[in-house]
Amino acid sequence: MLDQQPSTLLEVTHVSQTFAKGSGEAGAPVLQDVSLTVRTGEIVGLLGRSGCGKSTLLRIISGLARPTKGGVSIAGRKVDGPADGVAMVFQSFALFPWLTVLDNVEIGLRALGGISDDEIRTRALKAIDVIGLDGFENAYPKEISGGMRQRVGFARALVVQPQVLLMDEPFSALDVLTAETLRTDLLDLWQEGRIPIKAIVMVTHNIEEAVLMCDRIVVLASNPGRIAAEIAVPLAQPRDRIDPEFRQLVEKIYALMTQRPEPKPLEPAQPTGPGLSVALPQVSTNTLAGMLEEIAAPPYNGQADLPHLADSLQMEIDDLFPIGETLQLLRLAEFADADIKLTPIGQKFVDADVDQRKKTIGEQLIANIPLAAHIKRVLDERPSHRAPGSRFREELEDYMSEDYAERTLRTVINLGRYGEVFAYDESAQAFSYENPE
Amino acid sequence: MAKTTGLASTSRRVLPNHWDLIAFALVMAILAGVARAYHGLTAPLEAPEAQAISLDYWELPYYAFRTALRMFAALAASFVFTFTYATLAAKSRRAEMVLIPVLDILQSVPILGFLSFTVTFFLGLFPGNIMGAELAAIFAIFTSQAWNMAFSFYQSLRTVPRDLDEVARGFRLTGWQKFWQLETPFAVPGLLWNTMMSMSGGWFFVVASEAITVGDTTITLPGVGSYISAATTAKRWDAIGAAVVTMAIVILIYDQLLFRPIIAWAAKFRVELSAGQEQEESWALDLFMRTRWLRLAFRPLTVLLRKLAFLRFSLKGIIPEGSVNPTPAASKILDVAWLILVACLTVYALWSVVAYIGTELSWGDVEEVSLLTFYTLLRVVVLMALATVFWVPVSVWIGLRPRWAERIQPVAQFLAAFPVNLLFGPAVSLVLAYHLNPDVWLSVLIVFGTQWYIVFNTIGGAAAFPNDLREAAKNFRIRGWDWWTKVILPGVTTYYLTGAITASGGSWNASIVAEQVKWGNQTVSAHGVGQYIAAATDKGDFPRIVLGVAIMSLVVTLFNRLFWRRLYAIAERRLRL
Repeated sequence: MLDQQPSTLLEVTHVSQTFAKGSGEAGAPVLQDVSLTVRTGEIVGLLGRSGCGKSTLLRIISGLARPTKGGVSIAGRKVDGPADGVAMVFQSFALFPWLTVLDNVEIGLRALGGISDDEIRTRALKAIDVIGLDGFENAYPKEISGGMRQRVGFARALVVQPQVLLMDEPFSALDVLTAETLRTDLLDLWQEGRIPIKAIVMVTHNIEEAVLMCDRIVVLASNPGRIAAEIAVPLAQPRDRIDPEFRQLVEKIYALMTQRPEPKPLEPAQPTGPGLSVALPQVSTNTLAGMLEEIAAPPYNGQADLPHLADSLQMEIDDLFPIGETLQLLRLAEFADADIKLTPIGQKFVDADVDQRKKTIGEQLIANIPLAAHIKRVLDERPSHRAPGSRFREELEDYMSEDYAERTLRTVINLGRYGEVFAYDESAQAFSYENPE
Repeated sequence: MAKTTGLASTSRRVLPNHWDLIAFALVMAILAGVARAYHGLTAPLEAPEAQAISLDYWELPYYAFRTALRMFAALAASFVFTFTYATLAAKSRRAEMVLIPVLDILQSVPILGFLSFTVTFFLGLFPGNIMGAELAAIFAIFTSQAWNMAFSFYQSLRTVPRDLDEVARGFRLTGWQKFWQLETPFAVPGLLWNTMMSMSGGWFFVVASEAITVGDTTITLPGVGSYISAATTAKRWDAIGAAVVTMAIVILIYDQLLFRPIIAWAAKFRVELSAGQEQEESWALDLFMRTRWLRLAFRPLTVLLRKLAFLRFSLKGIIPEGSVNPTPAASKILDVAWLILVACLTVYALWSVVAYIGTELSWGDVEEVSLLTFYTLLRVVVLMALATVFWVPVSVWIGLRPRWAERIQPVAQFLAAFPVNLLFGPAVSLVLAYHLNPDVWLSVLIVFGTQWYIVFNTIGGAAAFPNDLREAAKNFRIRGWDWWTKVILPGVTTYYLTGAITASGGSWNASIVAEQVKWGNQTVSAHGVGQYIAAATDKGDFPRIVLGVAIMSLVVTLFNRLFWRRLYAIAERRLRL
């Protein structure tokens, strides 16, 4: 934007972050060269899949984590350690279970020191009042509902009068109705100017939530985490979910997020190595089969609109995308804009009986997942037809973090067992061909 | 009370590594050092005038009071130790490398064997003064209480929930504030459980430490332990009975007036999402909460404590931090320097132990002690196996009947407090009367006090066995052998192991008093390293004590690491419900 606004509040400049491995070496990058500006009066959403580094970015902004490269400044001051002027709301509420609602709200003020007890009490009661917690002051967190707990989370953050409010998936641990109430309440307070904050940065994996609340949405791509797109939301508040413009925006973001990561240079799978860099999500074969059947059945008849599918299955993108992606990797289905459609093999799978289904999965696994092909080749080569799982785990760890390697291996074991390609002995932690006798 | 805590993080490091060697060497070297420092003294240590213990029943309340004071003094010391040692280990990576293996060794070695050293040390500090003897007893009790409390606290500090930690850091709580607002409250449930276990275990040491003879020095402190010891010497069955009743009353009093109220109050420190299913209740706490004046009287104290906890007190003023974060390279050099320092210390420590023992003893003695340790090992293994075979089915039976479990579990826990010394009378009389082989029949005493750990942990496991699995087993008519091996035993294994590990450690300790048993002027002894240590202690023969304790500790540590921990790790992985 050329008309540089004078009221830049928060600035993230060229932030990169790598996570240290256990050995102390730099591991895989989590964030790569992320730059972002937040202006006074804005609600900015950080939208992305799990593992795209959006929570890490939020923690870097708050000063809870340090970037490996780049920096953050708030109102012109460089952030160096937990920052003055920001407060965070957590997905898990993060309330101290041994403190009452009132004590939880007061803790931030007490920690500062130098404020009189009376003032602490007055400010805390005011925040409690604003956020709608009256009457719950003496309750303990475990006595109250999730919605009320998150209200405590908000009151605790607001009472220290931050300039920027950071929210880490604040509504995702709540049920649909409660989440909606809290969203509307927060937006009302914000619109009416009853809370003294200047900007909100929220992390979410819920596309509709982002479009509903934010003035600007920053879409993050994973592996490594980077900004894929920035989308302004020009709709006036309060927004209507069934407004065609709203739907259009949602579709647009779905399409953006299901785009294949730019064409890989190593497309033809080489016999060893490179193909192993594909991390697999944790997905069960039942879910895969269920999804294929859902897409094949009416009203979708082989091609489903993702927002619609997500809505009818009550799935968030973090549930939906991993399934879709695994199906795409196995070439049973593929994304097309904001749609997912069955491939001919996928259609064949749906029509088949159990044995044929197992066979199909087995074939697709060997043909399309390099790790599975690699395991099979190693088993073939060895006279004993056995191979320890740790060997493959270590190979995977050259390309991804330990957690991802573990998860990828689990998924391949699962698919391999279902497809009867190979067996895995849990207690010996070894791959083999034989089944227990 | 049905809560049982496992070995948590220790299970990962199963095999002994070089840190264990270092820890082991350090612990033994300190012992040898103390022994050597006092060995040269020609004059016998000056002990305070041995006070005559009266076997009059009416003296018992006073003795009980003195003993309880000692136990609480030791408990206070254990808390100080816990808050400093565990915190240091949790906060400093380099300190952790040494402190945790040391703690682990201290936790598994038979502490009773050290008694002679500590008594010598404290008497030396206050020659001829009752203070030295008191401190020696308190220290002995402390050594039985502190390690598991420190371990529990350390583990809690390492597992503080990440989001709560982020809140504390986000609000910029100082280290001091965070310690009292987050870390300590989070550690309370585990620490409290371990404190209660420690209190129970402490009784064994009270009896052993209030009346002890090291060489020519005899200490007798007024207390229940000395009373039991005097009654044993005087062969007074009735006095032993009176001591048992007194102990029971004391345990009941501190349980009802102290631990119950604290447990009920501390329920709020449990980090869980929903309100607890079982509400701990305490009439004493209810009573206190209903009073008005008493609570008002306590108010200034709570306000003061809260102010203290929120002081912006920080070490940062003294130790500059952050700005001088060492670069990775510098940090590595520091690490190496630290490792070299620790390695040098270890070599020196090992050398001094060997040199000390070597002055008077030869390889022959080492072989002898090794053989004796093998006998004791055999005894522990066989008796643990017998106790398991007998108690596990009984405990399962009880655990599956909630009404029974509710009542019997606390009783078993209660029984675990009673020291084996109470059984010396019947043991000696029976062995002598029927000309029994002491090598076989004294073994029974080893598990007398420790079998209860197996009982109440297994009851807890059976009580926690999921109902749907029980119903499924019934529905498919799984009965008899299959029901035991495929349904219930796998279900209670982790609980059983938690109890068995404690019982096994306790049995080694017990062997030191139970392999050489006195009743009046009659002595019956069995062959074993426990008897070897006990006899050396009587004679004040320090090189032999060091040798005995060292080899016993080595075997116990290896036994724990190679057997129990491995088993526990496997059970954790495969059988966790």
